[in-house]
Amino acid sequence: MYDELSYKLSTFYIAELIVGIKKKDIMSEKEVKNLEEIFEARIARDEKIEPKDWMPEKYRKTHIRQISQHAHSEIIGMLPEGNWITRAPSLRRKAALLAKVQDEAGHGLYLYSACETLGVSRDELYDQLHSGKAKYSSIFNYPTITWADIGAIGWLVDGAAIINQVPLCNTSFGPYARAMVRVCKEESFHQRQGYEIMLTLCRGTEEQKAMAQDALNRWWWPSLMMLGPTDAESVHTEQSMKWKLKRKSNDELRQQFIDQTVPQADILGLTIPDPDLKWNEETGHYDFGEIDWEEFWQVVKGHGPCNKERMSARVNAWNNGEWVRDAAMAYAEKKEANKLKEAI
Amino acid sequence: MSKNWPLWEIFVRSKNGLEHRHFGSLHAADAEMALENARDVYTRRNEGVSIWVVESKNITASNPAENGEMFEPAQNKVYRHPTFYDLPDEVKHM
Repeated sequence: MYDELSYKLSTFYIAELIVGIKKKDIMSEKEVKNLEEIFEARIARDEKIEPKDWMPEKYRKTHIRQISQHAHSEIIGMLPEGNWITRAPSLRRKAALLAKVQDEAGHGLYLYSACETLGVSRDELYDQLHSGKAKYSSIFNYPTITWADIGAIGWLVDGAAIINQVPLCNTSFGPYARAMVRVCKEESFHQRQGYEIMLTLCRGTEEQKAMAQDALNRWWWPSLMMLGPTDAESVHTEQSMKWKLKRKSNDELRQQFIDQTVPQADILGLTIPDPDLKWNEETGHYDFGEIDWEEFWQVVKGHGPCNKERMSARVNAWNNGEWVRDAAMAYAEKKEANKLKEAI
Repeated sequence: MSKNWPLWEIFVRSKNGLEHRHFGSLHAADAEMALENARDVYTRRNEGVSIWVVESKNITASNPAENGEMFEPAQNKVYRHPTFYDLPDEVKHM
């Protein structure tokens, strides 16, 4: 699948240039080790890595995996919310929700572009998503059954996403860091619009407040899981910390999310569905109950409430759009050919 | 077998008086579509007053592995900087 351009962007080609070897030769272990040391030192000095710089193969692969998962999550993340665009309760809410979903499409596109600079094609990335080889955030496999879910998603899911994403604005890979700066700038409106929906419901009728509480009950635990497995279970943490793909551990991020969200729930007058949740004077943090990791792994493995629905919606959208993409390409080629004819 | 849309690099001038700056890239069938998509992807919040699109394959880039040969010659030419020249203190602001 490698065309010439992506080959030229690939680390192997750059490595050839650095050590001046022929295509068929293989770098000695010592030479690779040397380059790796120089590379790690650059990151330690907070230098950014740009696409054409030499990088260890593992760095490239890890980044393709993480950035593409991130992009896929933005694209799949449009589906649960898209469900409510036609039924938003007012024009104001509808316009805001449309803008939010459009932002998510945009964020997916920034991230796919950043990922492509690592020498992988957009088509390969889509194939990985559509075949189930690549993952996306499992939170999007839960259904949005009431309007309050749109409020809860903005408040909790986007809230957790922001906590995850802000440290990535300083990550070592330049295109990823730049995409994240744009994403973070745009995302703060997402959380505020969600919280405002919750606030309006909580100040409304008894039924509306109950609807908000029900949404919080269903989204709370999946939001905590969204920040990833516990540190003890997280296999990539150490390497990711070194490459600044991660600045805080999953458990630290989760604690930060809980500490910031509990007072927000108090303002709404809602109860967080965790009987063990209480302020700990000593640590200065909230203690919280046990997370059902069995549920998390079930959803990751494809057994969540909406995994199949999400994937089929995505694959159908792609397949049904094929004739449009082909027609656009054919039209572009015809116009180009006409231009050439006129020139002759 | 369908053909993939080519990749375009997007440059945006955020306001008159400033240069166009590289914002990112996207796929589009032709230049016109690249412009329209660039508007939707990169200027949803009034980030620009002008957009350039260039098909990525038309860009020739220097190779970071050759940065030495490429950029080092400029490093030992301190006489290109004003601080290289000694002037008495009486000459203020020059």
